[in-house]
Amino acid sequence: MGKVRTLILLAPGTNCDVETEVAFQQAGAEVSPVHIGELIRREKRLSDYHIMVIPGGFTYGDDISAGKVLANELRLKLGEDIERFVEKGGLILGICNGFQVLVKAGILPELSNTASSSLTLSVNDSGRFECRWVYLSVNPESPCVFTKGIAHMYLPVAHGEGKVVVPRDIGLARGLSHLNAVLYYSDEHGNTNAGYPYNPNGSVGNIAGICDSSGRIFGLMPHPERHIRGTQHPQWTRRGAEDYGDGFQVFLNAVEWAIRA
Amino acid sequence: MHRIEVRLKHDFPDAKGLGLVKDIHDLGITAVTDIRVVDIYWLDADLTSAELELICRSLLADPVTQEYQYDQDSWGGDAYHIVEVAYNAGVADPVEATIMKAVRDLGIEKAKAVRTAKRYLIELKADSYQLKAISLEVICNRLLVNPIIQHVVEQKSVIFPENPQYRFKLEWVNILKSTEEALSKIKQQFGFSDDEFRAIIDYFHRRGQDPTDVELEALAQTWSEHCVHKTFKGRIKFGDITVDNLLRSTIMKATEELNKPWCLSVFEDNAGVIDFDGFWALCFKVETHNHPSAVEPYGGAATGIGGVVRDIMGTGLGAKPIVNTDVFCFGPPDFSYDRLPRGVLHPRRIFKGVRAGVADYGNRLGIPTLNGAILFDERYVANPLVFCGTVGLLPRKISQRGQQSSGDLVVLAGGKTGRDGIHGVTFASEQLTEESTAVSYTSVQIGDPIVEKKLIDALLQARNRGLYSRITDCGGGGLSSAVGEMAAETGVHVYLDRVPLKYTGLSYTEIWISESQERMVLAVPPNCVEELLTLFADNDVEATVIGEFTNDRRLQLFYHEELVCDLNMEFLHHGRPQLRAEAVWEKPGHDEPDFAPPQDLTKSLLQVLGAWNVCSKEWVIRQYDHEVQGGSVLKPLVGKNNDGPGDAAIIKPLPDSKMGVIVSNGINAKYGEIDPYWMAASAIDESLRQIIAVGGNLKRVALLDNFCWGNTSRPDMLGALVRAAQACHDMSVVYETPFISGKDSLNNEFQFEGKVISVPHTLLISAIGVMEDVSRAISMDFKQAGDLIYLVGTTNNELGGSEYFRLNGFIGNNVPEVNPHEAKELLDKLSKATEKGLVKACHDLSEGGLGVAVAEMAFAGGLGVIVHLKSVPLGEPIDREDFILFSESNARFLVEVAPENGVEFEKMMAGIELAAIGQVTDAETLEIYGLNSRKVVDTSIQKLKDAWQRPIRW
Repeated sequence: MGKVRTLILLAPGTNCDVETEVAFQQAGAEVSPVHIGELIRREKRLSDYHIMVIPGGFTYGDDISAGKVLANELRLKLGEDIERFVEKGGLILGICNGFQVLVKAGILPELSNTASSSLTLSVNDSGRFECRWVYLSVNPESPCVFTKGIAHMYLPVAHGEGKVVVPRDIGLARGLSHLNAVLYYSDEHGNTNAGYPYNPNGSVGNIAGICDSSGRIFGLMPHPERHIRGTQHPQWTRRGAEDYGDGFQVFLNAVEWAIRA
Repeated sequence: MHRIEVRLKHDFPDAKGLGLVKDIHDLGITAVTDIRVVDIYWLDADLTSAELELICRSLLADPVTQEYQYDQDSWGGDAYHIVEVAYNAGVADPVEATIMKAVRDLGIEKAKAVRTAKRYLIELKADSYQLKAISLEVICNRLLVNPIIQHVVEQKSVIFPENPQYRFKLEWVNILKSTEEALSKIKQQFGFSDDEFRAIIDYFHRRGQDPTDVELEALAQTWSEHCVHKTFKGRIKFGDITVDNLLRSTIMKATEELNKPWCLSVFEDNAGVIDFDGFWALCFKVETHNHPSAVEPYGGAATGIGGVVRDIMGTGLGAKPIVNTDVFCFGPPDFSYDRLPRGVLHPRRIFKGVRAGVADYGNRLGIPTLNGAILFDERYVANPLVFCGTVGLLPRKISQRGQQSSGDLVVLAGGKTGRDGIHGVTFASEQLTEESTAVSYTSVQIGDPIVEKKLIDALLQARNRGLYSRITDCGGGGLSSAVGEMAAETGVHVYLDRVPLKYTGLSYTEIWISESQERMVLAVPPNCVEELLTLFADNDVEATVIGEFTNDRRLQLFYHEELVCDLNMEFLHHGRPQLRAEAVWEKPGHDEPDFAPPQDLTKSLLQVLGAWNVCSKEWVIRQYDHEVQGGSVLKPLVGKNNDGPGDAAIIKPLPDSKMGVIVSNGINAKYGEIDPYWMAASAIDESLRQIIAVGGNLKRVALLDNFCWGNTSRPDMLGALVRAAQACHDMSVVYETPFISGKDSLNNEFQFEGKVISVPHTLLISAIGVMEDVSRAISMDFKQAGDLIYLVGTTNNELGGSEYFRLNGFIGNNVPEVNPHEAKELLDKLSKATEKGLVKACHDLSEGGLGVAVAEMAFAGGLGVIVHLKSVPLGEPIDREDFILFSESNARFLVEVAPENGVEFEKMMAGIELAAIGQVTDAETLEIYGLNSRKVVDTSIQKLKDAWQRPIRW
């Protein structure tokens, strides 16, 4: 069979596209950066791809709220294409700003045609943008196809609006029960209740990433594409450099799943 | 018009509001307990309630956390105090364009304009029933409102004022038949010197016609200090010697003497360019953006980043920005409000504003900010310095500046043109006064990073398709500078009425000199223009043909068919008489310190670690994205807990190559108070030490200079500048590190109560090095207990200008000097030992000397250390232990070496003064033994780290 075709969605303010492209290429995919305008003008078609990625950045400046404007654009102008893409078994990955877009477009926590009212991403508790490395524990029960076989990861976050928030009025436990949590912020020992700065933004339930019930739509605040080689690890000069970084398996999993599907 | 209000639901904490509460407490106002921020949107449209519901529900309010209302009485009636802050008329609302687009996406086409505001609902402690009016005013003035761009909204405020219309009338300036008095006024108004103005009068006499206003503006821009660097190119009498063109006879001369084949483009383009790997080239530029940052720190600093990034885009045929570096000089954050000059923002606010501006702009552009420094001194209170640097990557074959042909079209791409930054160049070249903040608002530009990001994306595509023959940025001096310089050898026609404007009302002169951000100018062959315009349109970037290049070497500007400017390029670019100036320099005599040596140096060490100039800048660094693009190899924060101070940053710009780029900087203005020559030499040595410390070498290292000085029309100021430039030459040739570009910002001074306060002579040296293999990189944190610690290099009694003397109230006179021949040998040998794998950790000694360096290595590595001062190799006898511990002698390193490699390390370093002065331990304590083997420092590394982190743990 041919190569796994991956679409990297570009919009004004996207800025993690190149490293995301590199990660998928090294994982064996054929990658096409596609501007949202090309999809809207029907010059390119989502249905020609196996994987759609919304990379990190500050789309439309994150004006109003992070990812909101691109989310509306996707929902209103490409909503049906996305629905068909998911129906046909496509994979969707949203990293950082891409996660914010997926949530605000109503693609996560479950694909629907309105913005989610059961989850949002809001301003970090610290009130500021922060770039730091975080320890992540993977929920072993998660159906997420991107994290199969991964137990822990060490990845950087870099965001100002990454706090996972659920509605207050239905109670936290019920709010969380709607979410398929994939990744939890933890400390170096895997303890998921370690507080700031281990949980860098105050996310409820220490949630760093979620997927839909099929496990094929995955959004996360940390950046796996920024840790695909050993010398990206902040302490490689102390521990020696591994060949691959912790995030690389996410891309391998996606490509392998798409090949099998 | 509709007014929409959006706020967080009651049960969600307002993180931004809480941040403000903290800032207010820092002002000493403790009565404030809570602030809720309401977002206000005004839409200039006639909408149905269904449409308003849709806009609120689907766009402006978050369905989980926020609630909204529209066209009703404002929220907050029950708060103690309410302040609503909006942008001034004429200031571009930064989110207007996005909201207009997003509203159109919802299918609502009728919104004509959008304005936004913030409404602050301030709550107080129950027992302080009323926040005094004075406190509220303080909160507004110090935190919420910057009158340069904002105002407090009142009942009578007009939200959508009418823009004035412009009626064309060609303005002539009478100089041919004018009185002396009137001439003198014109000269002053345009900022010409006597010699310059005489040459101008002669020119127009020969032409037989008065100049138009835009002709004089074009000359003023082209001949401004900011654009032409006339001081550096002047004829300077310095003692017995005459320096004809300081730049050419010092800094550029060193580059010529070295004549490195890997220097591809030096001092002629928007950035210097060096070869990277034979296929790729690197360009590097550092700019200053000082005066705008003084009056509007956020916007000023943001546009500083935006400007230097465009320099990189405008180098060769266009480079991709891959690293940002930022160096700031501020007043001390604890500066007393009582002493603050009128009209000057507090250093803490400038600091926070500049940081936010650089971060918001740099982060949004997706360029990692990997390196920087922050210095503090009271003389920067009214005149902060903001250095923004960017490294770019471009194919070597397009690293030379392009050349257009006559007939090529002038294309203006990117943002629209408004009144932003009018007279910014002249503003940058002038002294600030107490009134500056009131009169200079048009000089402050408001940036939009997403417009610039889109511009970068589109330009790189156009570059790769070869759609233009030349490119330059539209920065200081606007079109006047960009198009005027591009067309110097050809000539140009520009049709000013074709320039896309943000709003009506701009005159042809304002269009020509506006410094609106995010604009680039391209020379486009006619057969490429259609493809280029389509490409830009597809990327949602404005691009417009505004003229064509000619071959008559004339600058001809038109406004609706009328010729408004007709200048000879030869006169515009070469008609300026060379500046003549006198310079003197005398070594100042400062008091020698006479304080007794403290018995216990633990306290001194904790103090030095907590000094503003030394302490951790983690709070700032974390707010920059230093990981975007995925290239970082050595990050700004290193060590066991990712919080130690790395020396230089390394990135690997190409995914399939192991080659790296090292970026570092050297700056130490305190030494300039003793001797600017040794200040410059020290800055160069420091920038190179950092490259060696991370595992680099000097084989391919290039330097940039950035001089920020006081008013150089004063002979002593100019003398100091000459001496610093001489050191740049002398060091550069010996280290074999050529300068490839630079910049100067003169007149950094402030008039206050009749006194002139100049910034300290400040020279920033930025270094860029090529690393053959990034897997050779090392970090500064101690790695393993039992390892040996070598001090490489000699320590002298050189505490003049040191952090230690400053803490004790002295400057001193023994400024650190550099013997570049010895230093070069040391640096070369150390880099060979590192390449061999013998060095496990390395840190250069700078502010705070040995004491600070060893403490930083220890707490960064989470390991203890024992050090013996009596083992320190001395260049001269020093009997004071505190002096040995805190001397700031140059060309020194602390190096961690495994015991089994000690002999080989010493062998490789043969001929260099060094000694094993101690050992890494797992005790997590720092123990330093004095000359008589008495313990002079004994403390835990946690305590040291805490002292170092506490000052800026905001």
